[in-house]
Amino acid sequence: MNKGLKTLTNGILRENPTFGLVLGMCPTLATTTSAINGMSMGLATLFVLVCSNVVISLLKNLIPDKVRIPAFIVVIATFVTLVQLTMQAYLPALYETLGLFIPLIVVNCIVLGRAEAFAAKNTVWLSALDGLGMGIGFTLSLTVLGAIRELLGAGSVFGWQVYPENYAQLIFVLAPGAFICLAYLMAAMKKAMK
Amino acid sequence: MVYFLIFISAIFVNNIVFSQFLGICPFLGVSKKIDTAIGMSAAVAFVLTLATVVTYLLQKYVLELFHVEFLQTILFILVIAALVQMIELVLKKISPSLYQALGVFLPLITTNCCILGVAIMVGDGTWVSKIPGAESGLLQGTVFAFATALGFGLALTLFAGIREQLSLNRVPKAMEGTPIALLVAGLLAMAFMGFSGVV
Repeated sequence: MNKGLKTLTNGILRENPTFGLVLGMCPTLATTTSAINGMSMGLATLFVLVCSNVVISLLKNLIPDKVRIPAFIVVIATFVTLVQLTMQAYLPALYETLGLFIPLIVVNCIVLGRAEAFAAKNTVWLSALDGLGMGIGFTLSLTVLGAIRELLGAGSVFGWQVYPENYAQLIFVLAPGAFICLAYLMAAMKKAMK
Repeated sequence: MVYFLIFISAIFVNNIVFSQFLGICPFLGVSKKIDTAIGMSAAVAFVLTLATVVTYLLQKYVLELFHVEFLQTILFILVIAALVQMIELVLKKISPSLYQALGVFLPLITTNCCILGVAIMVGDGTWVSKIPGAESGLLQGTVFAFATALGFGLALTLFAGIREQLSLNRVPKAMEGTPIALLVAGLLAMAFMGFSGVV
């Protein structure tokens, strides 16, 4: 059980996908225009991570070593399509906002990276926990980045107005703000971790 | 005229890295030296153009013909992965010198999200919304893909040039590595915002 807990917290703090491993930068920068968008993207990735980790660790003895990467990609792409269709049906507005970045979860390095580095070598239970931990870590960092950008760029957090929008700097919601916010957040995390 | 607009839009106004956030991983990963940046850009231009032609034809004559558009994600990523492998084999046989130059970058390209991203944009025809007068089709789509790759190359080379200079300077300890690179990218993105409204 202790090992399970360690696996779970590993992804949240020590090997946080965004700040520790620096993986999955494209969705991190593109979808964090507001806290809610960042969180949704994180949750979609979390679902794909857990499901693909479980299925891959179940199939790890059946997949020949030579074709393992294409096989992993098919498993991941299946779950991404599942998320895509479900979101299109029940959350069309959100699907419209996240747009291209939902199908692009397939090429998110975190998902394939965990499949290759963890799920292909460990038991189903541990792989599920690893996927959950990594997913939570990714969701948390996306939500925090989204909240900071929304606060600076639109004066609100989760849509709740903190100060009048007229005083906000729009640049933080636009492309340059994404790079700059992430740069400072990463530096702060580096300092705090030591 | 419309082809000119496609080039201006894809390279400057809607630059793939600075305004669409696609292909950030290779952008941060292989931008420490100008030589490797140019090699990577060439490999991306090659694969992106070819992959777009193949996936567009598959979209039109397989997915839409049999009404199975929901298989797009799975089909495209597999086709791109297979295509990259094939290009690697063909290059090795036909042009060893080109293979020497691009070889190391090719396996990395499969998981480069700008390839799949552009393939989906051209397949769905969503790219035309940003360029007045453009129509979704094989020729214009391919030109768009090639222009996008040039935009990626421009971004990567500019960024590598700045990082080469940056490595000679002293940077606060916490900002070393990725944070300072991201900050530079932010300033470049701000410069590229100056082009907005041109097309």
